[in-house]
Amino acid sequence: MFRQLSRINTAKQFLISIGLIVLVAAGCFIASGFIEYKVVAFILLLTVSLIAIVFNILPVLVAATLSALIWNFFFIYPLYTFHIGSTEDGVLFLMYFVIAFINGVLTNRIRKIEKQAREEEEKAKTVKLYNTLLNSLSHELKTPISTIVGATDNLLAEQSKLSTENRKELIENISVAALRLNQQVENLLSMSRLESGFIQPKKDWCDINELVYDVVNRLEQQLKNHKLTIIIEENLPLYKLDYGLMEQVLYNLLYNASIYTPPYADIFIIAKNNAEKIYQLDTATANHSEIKREKNYLTILIEDRGPGFPKEELEKVFDKFYRLSNSKTGGTGLGLSIVKGFVEAHQGTIVLENVPHGALFTIEIPAETSYINNLKNV
Amino acid sequence: MYNATILVIDDEVQIRRLLEITLESNQFNVASADSAKDGLRIAASHPPDLIILDLGLPDENGHSVLKKLREWYTNPILILSAQSNEEDIISALDNGANDYLVKPFRTGELLARIRSALRSNATEDNNPIIDCGELQINLAARTVKKNNELIKLTATEYKLLSLFAQQEGKVLTHQYLLREVWGPGYINQSQYLRVFIAQLRKKIEADPNRPAYIITESGVGYRFIAKE
Repeated sequence: MFRQLSRINTAKQFLISIGLIVLVAAGCFIASGFIEYKVVAFILLLTVSLIAIVFNILPVLVAATLSALIWNFFFIYPLYTFHIGSTEDGVLFLMYFVIAFINGVLTNRIRKIEKQAREEEEKAKTVKLYNTLLNSLSHELKTPISTIVGATDNLLAEQSKLSTENRKELIENISVAALRLNQQVENLLSMSRLESGFIQPKKDWCDINELVYDVVNRLEQQLKNHKLTIIIEENLPLYKLDYGLMEQVLYNLLYNASIYTPPYADIFIIAKNNAEKIYQLDTATANHSEIKREKNYLTILIEDRGPGFPKEELEKVFDKFYRLSNSKTGGTGLGLSIVKGFVEAHQGTIVLENVPHGALFTIEIPAETSYINNLKNV
Repeated sequence: MYNATILVIDDEVQIRRLLEITLESNQFNVASADSAKDGLRIAASHPPDLIILDLGLPDENGHSVLKKLREWYTNPILILSAQSNEEDIISALDNGANDYLVKPFRTGELLARIRSALRSNATEDNNPIIDCGELQINLAARTVKKNNELIKLTATEYKLLSLFAQQEGKVLTHQYLLREVWGPGYINQSQYLRVFIAQLRKKIEADPNRPAYIITESGVGYRFIAKE
């Protein structure tokens, strides 16, 4: 809240400070029959201190000066003059002035130090993230590059000594490494698109059946040892989504499932519509019966019969460059954060939970729908 | 059959060499250019049977090179692109490119696309019967047979299928299909296309969920593949 208040522009800060002092002073003035003028000084000092907590130094100093003058004019005898009768009051007035100023300057300095500390902390966090990125990247990019460089060296230098079998294996290694490198670059490109806020979903009508099978067919090799079950609700409407982004979401999730579950493990893909009826109060009958509109969500569940996720890491898996402590090599830790980013670009949500014998990802995306089954005979 | 000549316009020497080696070892004649200027000059002086054009040339935007070529060049043009930007691809197809490949591409895929483009360019005879494996489309009689049995298509389904079959191997964009089948007023009504593609697949594909004829080109359009 303080940070929000301190973002108010300076002109408004002046107005609010002056207004507050005048208001508090007026209150004290009305109550001056019950409270002594020395107590009024403390109340005004307190007000200045509160202002100093949230506002800039200049409005605080103005508030301090103004409150000192008001206190002198309205509360110190003789009233309604800036003249101060007794030496004691003169000393009090001077002290008031100095304390109010010190108050303002000190809180301001504390805030400056806090800001600096916050910036340093953020910088440290960035450096840490950067280091994680570098470690992860240099490993994930350099492994395939090393494979390619090593294999080509072998092929070029010792061609005569290599058996046909080894030659073939080296060439296959180059091919696999290049594809892996390409996948990493794709991920990095997606991530940088997300980071730059460049992702604007290009929404168009999508046939979810087509989308799901398209991804599954592309992953045919990866999934050939798994038991895949696809359940798509009958008469699912068309949804307005970005086909390319959704393809990437499903691809990354299924690819992960294929890597992190043992062979022959079950993987389920379930797609269904979730309609939220929004009712409107019918003023005539006072019934909530009239449906104002329906908000449709596309729900996609991807469940696997794998080892699940360590409980304490469930929250972190969507973080950038986060990799499970026991994870195998082969990823940059970007796959799931890209999934989350693309789902959120659609204003959707993704939740991961452990279920008996596996893990479950639940995606919910609000989207415009279209049912046009009545076109069959056109 | 004579050896077709292919002009490669790409500024990267490694890609050029890769294409030259791949194409020459598959009995194509290859000419190559490393800039838009050279490419346009060679295309004009020795018109090739097909042009492979990289969109990211240093001296001129690939789209503008494509437009200049299309002012007079009618043989197939295949686009190479470093990024799979859907808008870029759609605009290239709208400007007359026959097909596109995103780097890195597999050479097998490249050769298949080249052969398909050259084939459909060559078959401008007026044979009304298009044979694609189990599927036989008779444009004169407006009938479609699957495994020698007539299948019933609605008028719109037939229009869609015949459009695909006449441009076998070519990527047809969503907008193009909507304009040709439903009319210019429908180019943003892609829900029609989705529904009819799904219906058509149910009727012609052996497994509609693993289509072999009508292939989805994510975010761009569809491609019809005639199984041999």
